[in-house]
Amino acid sequence: MILVMSMKYHAQVEISLKRGMLNPEASTIQRALALLDYLVENTDTIEIVKFDLEASNPEVAQEEVQEMCERLLCNPVIHDYQIRINEAEE
Amino acid sequence: MKVGIIRFPGSNCDRDVFHALQLVGAEPSYVWWNQRDLSNFEAIVIPGGFSYGDYLRAGAIAAITPVIEGIKDVVKDKKPVLGICNGAQILAEVGLVPGVFTINQKANFICKWTDLEVKTNRTPFTHLYEKNEVIRMPIAHAEGRYYVDYLDELHDQDQIVLGFAGNNPNGSLEAITGVCDHEGLVCAVMPHPERASEIILGSDDGLKFFQGIVNY
Repeated sequence: MILVMSMKYHAQVEISLKRGMLNPEASTIQRALALLDYLVENTDTIEIVKFDLEASNPEVAQEEVQEMCERLLCNPVIHDYQIRINEAEE
Repeated sequence: MKVGIIRFPGSNCDRDVFHALQLVGAEPSYVWWNQRDLSNFEAIVIPGGFSYGDYLRAGAIAAITPVIEGIKDVVKDKKPVLGICNGAQILAEVGLVPGVFTINQKANFICKWTDLEVKTNRTPFTHLYEKNEVIRMPIAHAEGRYYVDYLDELHDQDQIVLGFAGNNPNGSLEAITGVCDHEGLVCAVMPHPERASEIILGSDDGLKFFQGIVNY
Protein backbone atom coordinates (compact mmCIF):
# COMPACT_ATOMS: atom_id res chain seq x y z
CA MET A 1 0.00 0.00 0.00
CA ILE A 2 1.32 3.45 -0.91
CA LEU A 3 0.41 6.13 1.54
CA VAL A 4 0.45 9.64 0.01
CA MET A 5 0.80 12.21 2.74
CA SER A 6 -0.61 15.63 2.00
CA MET A 7 0.74 18.64 3.87
CA LYS A 8 -0.69 22.08 4.29
CA TYR A 9 1.52 24.91 3.02
CA HIS A 10 1.31 28.65 3.31
CA ALA A 11 2.05 30.47 0.07
CA GLN A 12 2.93 34.12 -0.35
CA VAL A 13 3.15 35.65 -3.82
CA GLU A 14 4.84 39.03 -4.15
CA ILE A 15 3.84 40.72 -7.41
CA SER A 16 5.98 43.63 -8.56
CA LEU A 17 6.24 45.68 -11.72
CA LYS A 18 9.08 44.79 -14.05
CA ARG A 19 12.18 46.99 -13.85
CA GLY A 20 11.69 50.24 -15.70
CA MET A 21 7.88 50.06 -15.64
CA LEU A 22 6.30 53.28 -14.39
CA ASN A 23 4.63 52.81 -10.98
CA PRO A 24 2.20 55.75 -10.57
CA GLU A 25 1.17 54.63 -7.08
CA ALA A 26 4.77 54.65 -5.86
CA SER A 27 5.58 58.04 -7.39
CA THR A 28 2.42 59.52 -5.81
CA ILE A 29 3.45 58.13 -2.41
CA GLN A 30 6.95 59.54 -2.84
CA ARG A 31 5.54 62.99 -3.66
CA ALA A 32 3.20 62.79 -0.67
CA LEU A 33 6.09 61.88 1.65
CA ALA A 34 7.95 64.91 0.30
CA LEU A 35 4.96 67.07 1.34
CA LEU A 36 5.69 65.89 4.89
CA ASP A 37 9.37 66.77 4.38
CA TYR A 38 10.50 63.14 4.10
CA LEU A 39 12.82 63.14 1.10
CA VAL A 40 13.04 59.52 -0.04
CA GLU A 41 14.12 57.89 -3.29
CA ASN A 42 13.31 54.76 -5.32
CA THR A 43 9.86 54.31 -3.76
CA ASP A 44 8.18 51.13 -4.92
CA THR A 45 5.06 49.17 -4.08
CA ILE A 46 4.33 45.46 -4.41
CA GLU A 47 1.14 43.47 -4.16
CA ILE A 48 1.05 40.42 -1.89
CA VAL A 49 -1.40 37.56 -2.30
CA LYS A 50 -1.41 34.99 0.53
CA PHE A 51 -3.21 31.67 0.85
CA ASP A 52 -2.91 28.12 2.20
CA LEU A 53 -2.92 25.04 -0.01
CA GLU A 54 -2.39 21.31 0.30
CA ALA A 55 0.34 19.51 -1.58
CA SER A 56 2.46 16.37 -1.22
CA ASN A 57 5.66 18.41 -0.78
CA PRO A 58 6.91 22.02 -1.04
CA GLU A 59 8.17 21.55 -4.61
CA VAL A 60 4.72 20.51 -5.79
CA ALA A 61 3.19 23.47 -3.93
CA GLN A 62 5.71 25.81 -5.57
CA GLU A 63 4.87 24.43 -9.04
CA GLU A 64 1.17 24.84 -8.48
CA VAL A 65 1.51 28.44 -7.26
CA GLN A 66 3.73 29.24 -10.24
CA GLU A 67 0.98 27.99 -12.52
CA MET A 68 -1.50 30.25 -10.66
CA CYS A 69 0.80 33.21 -11.30
CA GLU A 70 1.02 32.45 -15.00
CA ARG A 71 -2.71 31.85 -15.44
CA LEU A 72 -4.24 34.58 -13.27
CA LEU A 73 -2.29 36.36 -10.56
CA CYS A 74 0.24 38.15 -12.80
CA ASN A 75 0.32 39.68 -16.25
CA PRO A 76 3.59 38.56 -17.83
CA VAL A 77 3.79 41.74 -19.93
CA ILE A 78 4.36 43.96 -16.89
CA HIS A 79 4.88 41.82 -13.79
CA ASP A 80 7.62 39.88 -12.02
CA TYR A 81 6.73 37.64 -9.11
CA GLN A 82 8.36 35.87 -6.21
CA ILE A 83 6.83 32.86 -4.47
CA ARG A 84 7.49 31.89 -0.85
CA ILE A 85 6.28 28.52 0.44
CA ASN A 86 6.29 27.61 4.15
CA GLU A 87 4.66 24.88 6.16
CA ALA A 88 1.36 26.29 7.38
CA GLU A 89 0.96 26.82 11.09
CA GLU A 90 -1.98 24.92 12.56
CA MET B 1 -27.37 40.87 -37.95
CA LYS B 2 -27.16 39.21 -34.52
CA VAL B 3 -24.62 40.83 -32.21
CA GLY B 4 -23.91 39.49 -28.72
CA ILE B 5 -23.16 41.92 -25.89
CA ILE B 6 -21.22 40.23 -23.10
CA ARG B 7 -22.28 40.92 -19.52
CA PHE B 8 -20.13 40.32 -16.46
CA PRO B 9 -21.00 41.25 -12.89
CA GLY B 10 -19.97 44.93 -12.94
CA SER B 11 -20.48 45.63 -16.66
CA ASN B 12 -22.23 48.99 -16.97
CA CYS B 13 -22.11 50.14 -20.59
CA ASP B 14 -24.08 47.15 -21.88
CA ARG B 15 -27.34 49.03 -22.39
CA ASP B 16 -25.61 51.97 -24.11
CA VAL B 17 -23.99 49.54 -26.57
CA PHE B 18 -27.39 47.83 -27.06
CA HIS B 19 -28.92 51.20 -27.96
CA ALA B 20 -26.10 52.13 -30.36
CA LEU B 21 -26.39 48.74 -32.12
CA GLN B 22 -30.15 49.23 -32.50
CA LEU B 23 -29.52 52.67 -34.05
CA VAL B 24 -27.60 51.01 -36.91
CA GLY B 25 -30.17 48.26 -37.42
CA ALA B 26 -28.32 45.38 -35.76
CA GLU B 27 -30.12 42.80 -33.59
CA PRO B 28 -28.31 43.00 -30.25
CA SER B 29 -28.85 40.64 -27.34
CA TYR B 30 -27.18 40.18 -23.97
CA VAL B 31 -24.97 37.20 -23.15
CA TRP B 32 -23.90 36.32 -19.60
CA TRP B 33 -20.32 35.50 -18.56
CA ASN B 34 -21.13 31.79 -18.10
CA GLN B 35 -22.43 31.12 -21.63
CA ARG B 36 -19.95 28.99 -23.55
CA ASP B 37 -21.57 28.79 -27.00
CA LEU B 38 -21.69 32.03 -29.04
CA SER B 39 -21.99 30.38 -32.47
CA ASN B 40 -25.38 31.99 -33.24
CA PHE B 41 -23.83 35.49 -33.25
CA GLU B 42 -22.19 37.21 -36.21
CA ALA B 43 -20.26 39.66 -34.04
CA ILE B 44 -19.48 40.24 -30.35
CA VAL B 45 -19.07 43.43 -28.31
CA ILE B 46 -17.55 43.41 -24.80
CA PRO B 47 -18.79 46.64 -23.22
CA GLY B 48 -17.18 48.80 -20.57
CA GLY B 49 -17.66 48.76 -16.83
CA PHE B 50 -15.87 47.35 -13.83
CA SER B 51 -16.13 43.59 -14.23
CA TYR B 52 -15.51 41.83 -10.91
CA GLY B 53 -14.81 45.19 -9.29
CA ASP B 54 -11.50 45.52 -11.20
CA TYR B 55 -10.06 43.21 -8.50
CA LEU B 56 -6.49 41.98 -9.09
CA ARG B 57 -6.21 43.95 -12.36
CA ALA B 58 -8.92 45.42 -14.59
CA GLY B 59 -10.18 42.55 -16.75
CA ALA B 60 -8.07 39.81 -15.13
CA ILE B 61 -10.94 37.84 -13.62
CA ALA B 62 -13.34 38.29 -16.55
CA ALA B 63 -10.52 36.88 -18.69
CA ILE B 64 -10.91 33.39 -17.19
CA THR B 65 -14.72 33.04 -17.48
CA PRO B 66 -16.44 30.47 -19.78
CA VAL B 67 -17.68 33.12 -22.23
CA ILE B 68 -14.05 33.87 -23.13
CA GLU B 69 -13.69 30.33 -24.53
CA GLY B 70 -16.76 31.11 -26.65
CA ILE B 71 -15.15 34.35 -27.83
CA LYS B 72 -11.99 32.44 -28.83
CA ASP B 73 -14.21 30.27 -31.07
CA VAL B 74 -15.81 33.40 -32.55
CA VAL B 75 -12.29 34.64 -33.36
CA LYS B 76 -11.42 31.28 -34.98
CA ASP B 77 -14.57 31.65 -37.11
CA LYS B 78 -13.21 35.03 -38.34
CA LYS B 79 -16.11 37.03 -36.92
CA PRO B 80 -15.53 40.55 -35.50
CA VAL B 81 -14.99 41.11 -31.76
CA LEU B 82 -14.90 44.63 -30.26
CA GLY B 83 -13.81 45.37 -26.68
CA ILE B 84 -14.58 48.84 -25.35
CA CYS B 85 -12.81 50.20 -22.23
CA ASN B 86 -13.12 47.34 -19.69
CA GLY B 87 -13.80 45.13 -22.73
CA ALA B 88 -10.45 46.27 -24.18
CA GLN B 89 -8.69 45.51 -20.88
CA ILE B 90 -10.25 42.02 -20.92
CA LEU B 91 -9.13 41.30 -24.51
CA ALA B 92 -5.58 42.37 -23.57
CA GLU B 93 -5.61 40.16 -20.45
CA VAL B 94 -6.77 37.19 -22.54
CA GLY B 95 -4.01 37.94 -25.05
CA LEU B 96 -6.35 38.27 -28.04
CA VAL B 97 -4.78 41.68 -28.66
CA PRO B 98 -1.15 42.61 -27.88
CA GLY B 99 0.03 44.57 -24.84
CA VAL B 100 -1.72 45.74 -21.71
CA PHE B 101 -3.85 48.67 -20.50
CA THR B 102 -2.51 49.54 -17.06
CA ILE B 103 -2.77 52.26 -14.41
CA ASN B 104 -2.80 55.80 -15.83
CA GLN B 105 0.42 57.79 -15.59
CA LYS B 106 -0.93 59.95 -12.77
CA ALA B 107 -2.90 57.11 -11.12
CA ASN B 108 -6.15 59.05 -11.60
CA PHE B 109 -9.52 58.25 -13.13
CA ILE B 110 -9.91 60.31 -16.30
CA CYS B 111 -13.36 61.03 -17.72
CA LYS B 112 -13.29 63.49 -20.62
CA TRP B 113 -13.84 64.03 -24.32
CA THR B 114 -10.75 63.36 -26.42
CA ASP B 115 -9.66 63.89 -30.00
CA LEU B 116 -8.55 60.64 -31.57
CA GLU B 117 -6.83 59.69 -34.78
CA VAL B 118 -8.00 56.62 -36.70
CA LYS B 119 -4.67 54.90 -37.39
CA THR B 120 -5.98 52.09 -39.55
CA ASN B 121 -9.26 51.55 -41.34
CA ARG B 122 -8.71 47.89 -42.17
CA THR B 123 -10.83 46.66 -39.22
CA PRO B 124 -14.60 45.99 -39.38
CA PHE B 125 -15.07 48.78 -36.82
CA THR B 126 -13.02 51.49 -38.54
CA HIS B 127 -13.46 50.75 -42.25
CA LEU B 128 -16.04 53.54 -42.62
CA TYR B 129 -13.52 56.15 -41.40
CA GLU B 130 -10.72 57.68 -43.42
CA LYS B 131 -7.20 56.70 -42.34
CA ASN B 132 -5.79 59.52 -40.13
CA GLU B 133 -9.29 60.97 -39.68
CA VAL B 134 -9.63 62.80 -36.36
CA ILE B 135 -12.77 61.92 -34.40
CA ARG B 136 -14.12 62.90 -30.99
CA MET B 137 -15.10 60.31 -28.36
CA PRO B 138 -14.96 60.26 -24.55
CA ILE B 139 -12.65 58.18 -22.37
CA ALA B 140 -13.49 57.09 -18.80
CA HIS B 141 -10.86 54.93 -17.14
CA ALA B 142 -8.21 54.60 -14.43
CA GLU B 143 -6.33 51.77 -16.16
CA GLY B 144 -5.92 52.83 -19.76
CA ARG B 145 -2.21 53.51 -20.19
CA TYR B 146 -1.19 51.31 -23.09
CA TYR B 147 2.08 49.43 -22.89
CA VAL B 148 3.64 46.79 -25.13
CA ASP B 149 7.13 45.28 -25.42
CA TYR B 150 7.22 44.94 -29.21
CA LEU B 151 6.02 48.25 -30.60
CA ASP B 152 7.81 47.88 -33.97
CA GLU B 153 5.83 44.74 -34.71
CA LEU B 154 2.58 46.62 -34.11
CA HIS B 155 3.63 49.24 -36.64
CA ASP B 156 4.78 46.61 -39.15
CA GLN B 157 1.56 44.62 -38.83
CA ASP B 158 -0.74 47.69 -38.89
CA GLN B 159 -2.19 46.79 -35.49
CA ILE B 160 -2.58 50.31 -34.07
CA VAL B 161 -6.23 51.33 -34.42
CA LEU B 162 -6.62 54.56 -32.43
CA GLY B 163 -4.25 57.14 -31.00
CA PHE B 164 -4.83 60.27 -28.99
CA ALA B 165 -4.51 63.30 -31.27
CA GLY B 166 -2.48 66.00 -29.54
CA ASN B 167 -2.70 65.55 -25.79
CA ASN B 168 -1.86 62.08 -24.37
CA PRO B 169 -4.00 62.12 -21.19
CA ASN B 170 -3.01 58.79 -19.62
CA GLY B 171 0.64 58.44 -20.65
CA SER B 172 0.07 55.62 -23.18
CA LEU B 173 3.05 54.46 -25.21
CA GLU B 174 3.04 56.55 -28.43
CA ALA B 175 -0.42 57.80 -27.31
CA ILE B 176 -1.92 54.47 -28.46
CA THR B 177 -5.46 53.85 -27.21
CA GLY B 178 -6.76 51.17 -29.55
CA VAL B 179 -5.11 48.03 -30.99
CA CYS B 180 -6.15 44.96 -32.94
CA ASP B 181 -4.96 41.40 -33.62
CA HIS B 182 -3.05 40.39 -36.78
CA GLU B 183 -6.23 39.85 -38.77
CA GLY B 184 -7.75 43.16 -37.62
CA LEU B 185 -10.94 41.37 -36.55
CA VAL B 186 -10.39 41.62 -32.78
CA CYS B 187 -10.27 45.24 -31.75
CA ALA B 188 -9.67 46.75 -28.28
CA VAL B 189 -10.32 50.47 -27.77
CA MET B 190 -10.30 52.49 -24.55
CA PRO B 191 -12.53 55.38 -25.82
CA HIS B 192 -16.29 54.83 -25.84
CA PRO B 193 -17.87 54.92 -29.34
CA GLU B 194 -21.31 54.18 -27.83
CA ARG B 195 -21.08 57.40 -25.79
CA ALA B 196 -20.55 59.30 -29.03
CA SER B 197 -23.27 57.66 -31.10
CA GLU B 198 -25.88 60.46 -31.23
CA ILE B 199 -25.61 64.24 -31.58
CA ILE B 200 -27.61 64.65 -28.35
CA LEU B 201 -24.66 63.04 -26.52
CA GLY B 202 -22.24 65.65 -27.88
CA SER B 203 -20.96 63.74 -30.91
CA ASP B 204 -21.99 60.92 -33.24
CA ASP B 205 -18.42 60.27 -34.39
CA GLY B 206 -18.47 56.83 -32.73
CA LEU B 207 -21.54 55.50 -34.54
CA LYS B 208 -19.48 54.27 -37.50
CA PHE B 209 -17.85 51.70 -35.20
CA PHE B 210 -21.25 49.96 -35.05
CA GLN B 211 -22.32 50.77 -38.62
CA GLY B 212 -19.02 49.23 -39.63
CA ILE B 213 -19.96 45.90 -38.05
CA VAL B 214 -23.29 45.80 -39.92
CA ASN B 215 -21.79 46.84 -43.26
CA TYR B 216 -18.65 44.71 -43.12
